[in-house]
Amino acid sequence: MNFNATLIGQSITFLIFVWFCMKYVWPPLMTALEQRKAKIADGLAAAERGQKDLKLAQSKVSDNLKESKQQAQEIITQAQKRAHEIVDEAKEAARDEAEKIKASASSDIEQQINSAREHLRKEVSSIALAGAEQILKREVNAEAHGKVLDELMAQI
Amino acid sequence: MSAYETSGDYIKHHLTNLTFGHTEQHGWGIAHGAEDLAEMGFWSINLDSMGFSIGLGVLFLWFFRKIGKAATADAPSGWQNFVEMLFEFIDESVRGSFSGRNSLIAPLSLTIFVWVFLMNFMDLLAVDHIPFLASLIGIPYLKIVPSTDPNITFGLSLSVFILVLYYSFKFKGAGGFFAELAFHPFPKFMMPINLLLEGVTLIAKPISLALRLFGNMYAGEMIFILIALMYSGGWALGLFGEVLQLGWAIFHILIITLQAFIFMTLTIVYLDMASQESH
Repeated sequence: MNFNATLIGQSITFLIFVWFCMKYVWPPLMTALEQRKAKIADGLAAAERGQKDLKLAQSKVSDNLKESKQQAQEIITQAQKRAHEIVDEAKEAARDEAEKIKASASSDIEQQINSAREHLRKEVSSIALAGAEQILKREVNAEAHGKVLDELMAQI
Repeated sequence: MSAYETSGDYIKHHLTNLTFGHTEQHGWGIAHGAEDLAEMGFWSINLDSMGFSIGLGVLFLWFFRKIGKAATADAPSGWQNFVEMLFEFIDESVRGSFSGRNSLIAPLSLTIFVWVFLMNFMDLLAVDHIPFLASLIGIPYLKIVPSTDPNITFGLSLSVFILVLYYSFKFKGAGGFFAELAFHPFPKFMMPINLLLEGVTLIAKPISLALRLFGNMYAGEMIFILIALMYSGGWALGLFGEVLQLGWAIFHILIITLQAFIFMTLTIVYLDMASQESH
């Protein structure tokens, strides 16, 4: 073992290398590592958040589904009710219409009866007049006996 | 191998650094032999250790810088995965052993771990190939494993030791640091003994740090060289050597990683001890 200036040279080289390593080699890689660590942590947190969100959304969806089912049920009941109402209304209207038709029909009948009755009355009075003519064998002055004839007609 | 007269020469040659320094006879130049080395004294430099260690360090920093610049927070791929794994590993080790928060410790640990590992890794390259290629272009000696050079390991451990002293003074103050050395483990009246004990403990830190790495790598290299010697002893011995070489190389993968890790962990522990307020 003989020592020489290599000792000093090596010491100086060593210090320079350590300085260079500290200044230019260690920091960039360490920063990259730290950044990756942060990134991974962020990613994991995001994944967890996503899962939580998913769960929330799922419960929301099921809630919505339940609500809409209920709404649909309500709508159906309402519709059914409405349908019943419409049917009832229609029935009522039909009944009214029928009543009206019946009424008009009966008034028609009445009228026809009246007119028939008038007609008959006229017929009867004319027959009675002819009968009376024949009985009296003479002309009956219609004008002179009009009053009597009218009274007769009213009596029939 | 055949170029050497004895196996002793072969081993010696493989354990000699390419040293640049000044001698009376040749002026500034490469040392040839032990006499030159002795004459050069302290003010000479091992070109091979320095060159390989700087080259590997630059390679490491350049590569990691490239990955770091391209790194994104998105899903990593390819080399970024590997580098990030290493970063997480270092960061975890630092968090586990160092109680305070300090922006220097982690990059320091990364540099030590990767750099020491790369320097140790050179041990796995076949002992003869690169020195042989170098000899073709006229380089007489070449030790390609920087961590088998005590200058390199002590260079690292002394820098760590300076940091330990700096943190001790910074966090404990001069008084606190002295108190830690002087009033412990015995009562105050036995201060000289305390100082001696704690002083030895303190000095032992960088020395053990450097010698552990150096010893392991030097011994490993030595075994590779000894195994390589068997290739010249006929085909049967060569075949046996091949098996040994493979086994030792596989085992050595564990050692070089472990040594790099130990060096890093002990550095963290020493700095943690230095920066703790109370003992």
